[in-house]
Amino acid sequence: MLIIERRVSRSTAFRILSPVMAVLAALVFGALFLKLSGFEPLAVYGGMWRGAFGDAYGLSETLVKAIPLALCAMGIAVAFRMSLWNIGAEGQLYAGAMAATGVALSFPDAPAPALLPAMVAAGMTAGALWALIAAIPRAWLGANEILTTLMLNYIAIFWSEYLIHGPWKDPASFNFPLSPAFAEAARLPAFGDTRVHAGLIFALAAAAVLTILLRKTKWGYELRLIGSSPAVANYAGISIRRHILIAMAISGALAGLAGMAEVSAITGRLQYGLSPGYGYSAIIVAWLAKLNPAGILVMSTLFGGLLVGGYAVQFIGVPAAAVNMLQGAMLFFWLAAEFFGSYRVIHRGRLQEVR
Amino acid sequence: MEMDALIALTAAAVSAGTPLLYAALGEILCERSGVLNLGIEGMMLAGAVCGFLAAVATESPAAGIAAAMLAGGALAAIHAFMTITLRVNQIISGLALALFGAGLSSYLGKHLIGVPLPVSPASVMLPGLSEIHFIGPAFFRQDLLVYGSYILVPLAWYWIHRTRPGLHLRAVGENPDTADAMGVNVYRIRYAYILIGGMLAGLGGAYLSLFYAPCWIENMTAGRGWIALALVIFAVWSPLRALAGAWLFGGIEALGFRIQILGATVSPFFLKMLPYLFTIVVLILFTVYSRRKRIGAPAALGMPYERE
Repeated sequence: MLIIERRVSRSTAFRILSPVMAVLAALVFGALFLKLSGFEPLAVYGGMWRGAFGDAYGLSETLVKAIPLALCAMGIAVAFRMSLWNIGAEGQLYAGAMAATGVALSFPDAPAPALLPAMVAAGMTAGALWALIAAIPRAWLGANEILTTLMLNYIAIFWSEYLIHGPWKDPASFNFPLSPAFAEAARLPAFGDTRVHAGLIFALAAAAVLTILLRKTKWGYELRLIGSSPAVANYAGISIRRHILIAMAISGALAGLAGMAEVSAITGRLQYGLSPGYGYSAIIVAWLAKLNPAGILVMSTLFGGLLVGGYAVQFIGVPAAAVNMLQGAMLFFWLAAEFFGSYRVIHRGRLQEVR
Repeated sequence: MEMDALIALTAAAVSAGTPLLYAALGEILCERSGVLNLGIEGMMLAGAVCGFLAAVATESPAAGIAAAMLAGGALAAIHAFMTITLRVNQIISGLALALFGAGLSSYLGKHLIGVPLPVSPASVMLPGLSEIHFIGPAFFRQDLLVYGSYILVPLAWYWIHRTRPGLHLRAVGENPDTADAMGVNVYRIRYAYILIGGMLAGLGGAYLSLFYAPCWIENMTAGRGWIALALVIFAVWSPLRALAGAWLFGGIEALGFRIQILGATVSPFFLKMLPYLFTIVVLILFTVYSRRKRIGAPAALGMPYERE
């Protein structure tokens, strides 16, 4: 019979190889799917690779997508570390985008050195507050944060649609639902003539700060302790309630910053389709990176590449949604790989009865 | 006039609540066995798109329903394998399922956008019952899947509370060690109910694409899978309360839609927020209530079972 046994120790080789194997397995799965729907898998993957990493333009676009993914994923990782399931990064991103837009439209004549920091502050505050709407009932009453954060995503998106159809509608937009374009001072600067913007610095800085906070401070330690054994944390006198509020606020602030960067650097106004689901993909990014900020930078570049590659192969008829499916499959294969890292399956004859 | 509006609203609430009800019933059965499946949204979407695909291909709604249930069950099988055999965290596997199912459905449905359904299943007037004052037009001039839910709710209640397999189901969800010692196969039961849950979620999705809409729109479930999860908490894992809850949530959706038609001064975007706001409020109120009454989830919910 087959018996599943916990492994005593986990091999280093496996730890390094398992994410690679998970990604490869997902690609094989995706290839089967593409083949079944009549595409040539190698041609599609080749096209995706060239689109995302093949030239300077593709690479720069990959980084453009990686920025919001990384910021959202780092926020998610902070919450997930204490088993606080914030899946509301999408809504928190929109909250940040709306607040930053509010500041940009209210002070059209302000100089950039004053305006940009104000927009950053507004975006982060709004994202944090949006997350706290779910965090407060979670901390005091135990209301399920998975469901509240998710519901808040829909509410934030409808709210932004209300704004661009109503009070913030650009009178010069010929009835298109768009906010007026921001003044030049409200636009985050970009590198050279690419669309890669200062948000990249935000992401790198966030990764550095979080790494130190998580590794070197009491707060980082307490966060992990609450995640692994809340009862122990409670006995140790750690206020779980306070940690829920702090973790969710940080989580939301980072997603809000991503939203600010998108409106300020990429679109230059509030409009439809601000995020192609960054907040959701970021959940997968965070988990594949084992909730580690440096890993998140790597994974979000890969996922940014997937998005750009997905757009690139649309012209041969592959639906862009193939990428979302592939991302989901990667998470499944990764979870399965984790299992084989911590358990082993052994084949054994029937157990002999002890006489 | 007033009465007619109320009847129409009730009928619309029942119809809007039906996909939620199927999904919630499936999740109740699944969670009663001790497994949380957050992937309902993905399974509903897969059901909606596969049901629509099959119905377009065969021109038969019955084939569509069968395909939707198969699709929901197939996705649920992934979750079952992950959480039971591989002992993966149920929350993260469920999230993966929700995201994967959404991607899968958009991929499969790419060419279905704008395609009309060749046969639209009509509503069926139940003889006698449909003539009863108020009740008739509100509840008994619906389509067959609505009637199916009327039957499934008491059936599920009876199954859980009054039969031997139902007792085993509850035992596995409350205390798998004891159930195991009693000779109940914990793994097999959990597999079975996760699959049933997935099939019902797929059916809920098919209701949207074949009956309610009827068409395929990308992400057409619009969070209903998540609302169904809230509904399970609100229903205290009881099918009877799920029925009331589903119609209440359906009523909110129908109400928002109606206010819009009547030309209210409220922005349509705020009306669209109603079901989500309502879900948050209900969830918070209900969390307070259930803590005070000390009622809650099946004791083993979310915990992988490892046989010693």
